[in-house]
Amino acid sequence: MAEESNNLPVSWKRSSLPHQFCPGCGQAEALKILGYAIDELGIQRQTVYATDIGCSLLSWNLFDVDSIQTHHGRATPVAVGFKLARKEAIVIALMGDGGGYAIGAQHLVNATMRDDKITAILINNANYAMTGGQMAPTTLISQKTTTTPLGRQQQNFGYPIHGPEMLSQIAAPGAFIARGSATDFQTLLNLFKKAVQNQIDGRGFSFVEVLAMCPVNWKTNAQESLAFVEKMAKIYPLGEIHPSKENR
Amino acid sequence: MTQELLTGNEILVRGALAAGAKMMTGYPITPTTEIAEHWSAAAAKDPALQFLQTEDEMSAGFALIGANLAGIKAFTASAGPGNVLMQDAFSMAENMRLPTVAFIMQRGGPSTGTVIYSQQEVNLTCFGGNGEGLRIVYSTSGPQDLYDYSIKAFNSAWKYRFPTFLLGDGYQAKMLSKVQIYDPREKNIEIIDPTAYLLNPNKSADEFINLRNTYNLEEELAEVVTSHQRAFQDIAPEVVEYEDLHTLDAEVVIFAHGIVAAAAKEAQKILRTKNIKVGLFRPITLSPFPVDSAIQVLANKKAVLFVESSLGQFARLVKGHLNFPYQLKVYELFRPAIGIDVWEIIHKIEEIFKEVKHG
Repeated sequence: MAEESNNLPVSWKRSSLPHQFCPGCGQAEALKILGYAIDELGIQRQTVYATDIGCSLLSWNLFDVDSIQTHHGRATPVAVGFKLARKEAIVIALMGDGGGYAIGAQHLVNATMRDDKITAILINNANYAMTGGQMAPTTLISQKTTTTPLGRQQQNFGYPIHGPEMLSQIAAPGAFIARGSATDFQTLLNLFKKAVQNQIDGRGFSFVEVLAMCPVNWKTNAQESLAFVEKMAKIYPLGEIHPSKENR
Repeated sequence: MTQELLTGNEILVRGALAAGAKMMTGYPITPTTEIAEHWSAAAAKDPALQFLQTEDEMSAGFALIGANLAGIKAFTASAGPGNVLMQDAFSMAENMRLPTVAFIMQRGGPSTGTVIYSQQEVNLTCFGGNGEGLRIVYSTSGPQDLYDYSIKAFNSAWKYRFPTFLLGDGYQAKMLSKVQIYDPREKNIEIIDPTAYLLNPNKSADEFINLRNTYNLEEELAEVVTSHQRAFQDIAPEVVEYEDLHTLDAEVVIFAHGIVAAAAKEAQKILRTKNIKVGLFRPITLSPFPVDSAIQVLANKKAVLFVESSLGQFARLVKGHLNFPYQLKVYELFRPAIGIDVWEIIHKIEEIFKEVKHG
């Protein structure tokens, strides 16, 4: 894809290239798609991008968009505070599956409950990648990680977390909740645009989980990486998840 | 200027409003809960004010950072285990020199401790988090201080861009007393306007601000922290504040802060009527610490008495700054997590004078 370098998102900062992610990383792909979403919506100058710890912090200066970097899922409250202070701003918080579903899970849950008018994007690569591939709440049953050398066992560590499904149970009717994949460019682009548009229109909280490959920690080649994402998609169904009617 | 009868927590809300605060983030915890309640009541009447009740104190601290980055004055309030959780956000503020304001009304510790009073959050407030303690900490001594220093805390935070704390306690928070409420302009106090770090309307269209608090290299971070420390040292002379009461002719000097210093002041008055020459030094800024003034005060004295409602957190802070030992005897009146009575201080000083005279 040599010609692609000329087609990178306008909202990607040229001086920050090449990006800091590993070759084949799904998060880099997802953030490129997010860049296109920002371009197509024409919101580069109204957007604040809050990023988190782990691999997500590698994108702290990836965008020509005002941004802030924090840790442990606190990208969500930073985004919430910013939005409350500046309602016209478009605020996007990016985090990993540790920040969103483990060490900062309370922030994501309560932002959903309060229906904060922000967009949260969570990268699900089924492990803690920056620290070298430990178990995440999203690690699949029997998947080997450095802290589950025999594979994740349900008896010890429970079942993989289904974030969007969980949040849909507490989300307000106007919320937008979805799961996409870094391997499906067009669908993910549409989900990102719909999520951000939901915020622009003031309809409510928006959240997109993205299944993303992590070849370095999965120890997979290109083909195996794509196959593993397909396997994840069977456990983590793709698509929009409507907020539970009981919350109306 | 009007004289009003208010609780300490109400006074703090009035101070925040007078200083131009537009948002409070917080999680209820005794003895500070009424700050959130009074702020919420004000916000219910004024659409320009926001209140965010967060899921915990970490969220309160980080949402406050988000609001400050957006260019409004936001603050939070907490105590005890809530103050512990908040240090996560204040560490970030310290690393990035963000203007945060927090009202800390100390309760008993360690851990859940008691709900009402202590002076055991000195270490935490001055040095909490994985940083170097580059923070401004005002220790208030009574109701009027709460008003004056809540206004000052906002001004210092936005002027100097270091995390700023008003350190009180549950007694001060809950006490109902008369206080002078004034518009800062009446006293020619200039209120410093906040500026947006991100989406600043004054920046050019092709300028984008990327902020971080993570660094790739040890050297990079060392340079950042060192330059922050230099900036903190530079501002210290204009930030430090203290009360120096009759230390010049004193043989023995009491070192106390906060509400304990108010008790020490009463004790001093009574002791002076008995012709016992005792002085009182009360640092108002625990950080930066008024080092030079404290050194001067202790020159040629016979003894110093540290009085505090903790097992020596304040005394260690002072000793750390002053390069003890001096040629003077050091006495302690440490009462962890309980209030200190005027007569307790008087008896202690009388004992010390006997020893000093005979020794």
